[in-house]
Amino acid sequence: MTALARLQTAETLISATVVDYVIIALYFVFVLGIGVMARRSISDSIDFFLSGRSLPAWVTGLAFISANLGAVEIMGMSANGAQLGISTVHYFWVGAIPAMLFLGVVMMPFYYGSKVRSVPEFMFRRFGTGAHLVNAVSFALAQLLIAGVNLYLLGSIVQALLGWPLWVALLVAAAIVLSYITLGGLSAAIYNEVLQFFVIVAALAPLTLIGLHRVGGYQGLKDKIAELAAAAPASAGVPPASEQLQSWPGQALSGFSSPFWSVVGIVFGLGFVLSFGYWTTNFVEVQRAMASNSISAARKTPIIGAFPKMFVPFIVIVPGMIAGVLVNEIRQLKAGGSPAGGASGQGVQYNDALLLLMRDVLPNGLLGLAIAGLLAAFMAGMAANISAFNTVFSYDLWQRYIRKDHSDDYYLRIGRLATVGATVIAIFTAIVASSFSNVMDYLQTLFGFFNAPLFATFILGMFWKRMTPTAGWVGLASGTLSAVTVALLSRDAFGSASLGLLPISGQGAAFLAASTAFVVDIVLSVIVSLRTTPKPASQLRGLVYSETPKEDLVDPDEAALPWFRRTIPLASIALVLVIALNFAF
Amino acid sequence: MPSDTSQRPGRPGKTAGAFDIRNFIGALLFLYGVLLTLVGLFGEQYLDRTGGVNANLYAGLALLLVGAVFMTWARLRPIVVPPHVEPAPEDPTRPSPRRKQPRH
Repeated sequence: MTALARLQTAETLISATVVDYVIIALYFVFVLGIGVMARRSISDSIDFFLSGRSLPAWVTGLAFISANLGAVEIMGMSANGAQLGISTVHYFWVGAIPAMLFLGVVMMPFYYGSKVRSVPEFMFRRFGTGAHLVNAVSFALAQLLIAGVNLYLLGSIVQALLGWPLWVALLVAAAIVLSYITLGGLSAAIYNEVLQFFVIVAALAPLTLIGLHRVGGYQGLKDKIAELAAAAPASAGVPPASEQLQSWPGQALSGFSSPFWSVVGIVFGLGFVLSFGYWTTNFVEVQRAMASNSISAARKTPIIGAFPKMFVPFIVIVPGMIAGVLVNEIRQLKAGGSPAGGASGQGVQYNDALLLLMRDVLPNGLLGLAIAGLLAAFMAGMAANISAFNTVFSYDLWQRYIRKDHSDDYYLRIGRLATVGATVIAIFTAIVASSFSNVMDYLQTLFGFFNAPLFATFILGMFWKRMTPTAGWVGLASGTLSAVTVALLSRDAFGSASLGLLPISGQGAAFLAASTAFVVDIVLSVIVSLRTTPKPASQLRGLVYSETPKEDLVDPDEAALPWFRRTIPLASIALVLVIALNFAF
Repeated sequence: MPSDTSQRPGRPGKTAGAFDIRNFIGALLFLYGVLLTLVGLFGEQYLDRTGGVNANLYAGLALLLVGAVFMTWARLRPIVVPPHVEPAPEDPTRPSPRRKQPRH
């Protein structure tokens, strides 16, 4: 509590004026207004119509990426941009787009066609209890943790803006999120996600443009980064300008000294294992697509989302890079100094880059819009985590293992209690995060390791009918354990708890851990499958490729659509675009 | 696609009207545009921060335009609610308000 007491005296980082507050208030009026309108005046038919089952694909596609565009993404990626430069784009162009396209083209038919309510439920149908429990429990815990981190960042924005003590900011922010979720309902939640997307773009695009204007355009930014990188003392550990300004081979990001292994690590570790594990099995994302009206719409949801996702780096990473040359505190930090202040009150961190840039370049007015955009992102991120938690908790854990065969009303009530419970837990997680931010980082790393083997198990299970239920849980458990082992042996993946027996650190350690998990999972799953009994083929329809009739996997109406509304052509365009972007930067 | 069914004549149904998401986006961005344009014209410009550009004004005008485009789009191709739809099951994946049960 001493940390909290100290924070009470923190001054406001940003000086907002009346017009900023009006703009922020207007956003909340719209958010709550959508909720109230959804609750009061909407007939069943409109509610049905809008609850995602016949929404245009651009709406579900935007909701798909909005659910991911939370605090961790915006603050974290701009922080990486400030620290590491342009190679951060790999998190988007290598670490997201290919996996989103794969999800739409290959995996979505199984999720949608098997009519499961959640990703863990698919696990249950394919592999039974063991794999299901591992997946459901780790997912639920990870959502609580991430909701807490989102809430902490939300609280620290409110603190930086209004100067409130952190705990007051946390409580108010949590109350707003809770009313936003419970008041809103289904249509309102998707509406808010889409609205949020446009507010974020309207907030960050001017920030980027004005920032670029201030540093003399993109060329000016490159020159200044090169100048500062050359002047920085070696002790600061700043990546050289060539690594900050070119995305490949990405040594700044991977931490590998060899360019060859850096490319391998990024492509296989980040691009394949980590990102496919996250995007194709993370229920927060898949949930959006599952709610659409046809297999065709479900498949197109992540593919349409891929187009805006490709360009998000330009309004998230570029401002971070600008902050690295324009904001005094970040410049000092990057030159090895430790300037005081920052949103946490415990010294400026790279996470503050975006806030400080807003303070330095935005006039009051646009400043309010930028703050509204950040608040929107954090609330929607947290709301998405909590609503995904609440489904998995009520249906995958409570109904399946604790209280079976109760009425639907009963489980809806449990779901609402879970929502309140998750919000309360998120408040405590956020308070922990405020004092032990490193611990939270390592916990997030740890939960990341649950994702890595998931993809291996899913993809093997979808395409190899011989894979057995035992292999399902053995693969998951051993994959996760091997990832944790690699992290423990590395230099710093778990901070001081890591032993340093393997000479790799930074993101590279995470890539290696994830890749190891993937390989171990596949190898053990194959060995175990060959020695145990598979499920009978009759139970695998809709779950395994070879046992599912091809008609079940495609939408018969899709062939009649014009080419630009069909899944494969859209995915191909996205792929070509993202490859072009990789060559351009 | 709802926008397609709306183009077909002879299909009755009411439009989603004010509850069309494009109207929400359009209205919010348009209002932001009005506020920022006014601030840009009459308020303090903070030219030291923006590097000599009246950023509020330009951003405001852009938002007015985008807001207007969304509202026009919603006007030109309204979403039509089909007259007969199956009642929506409560979606367990979202914590929504309870729908009132019909009394018997």
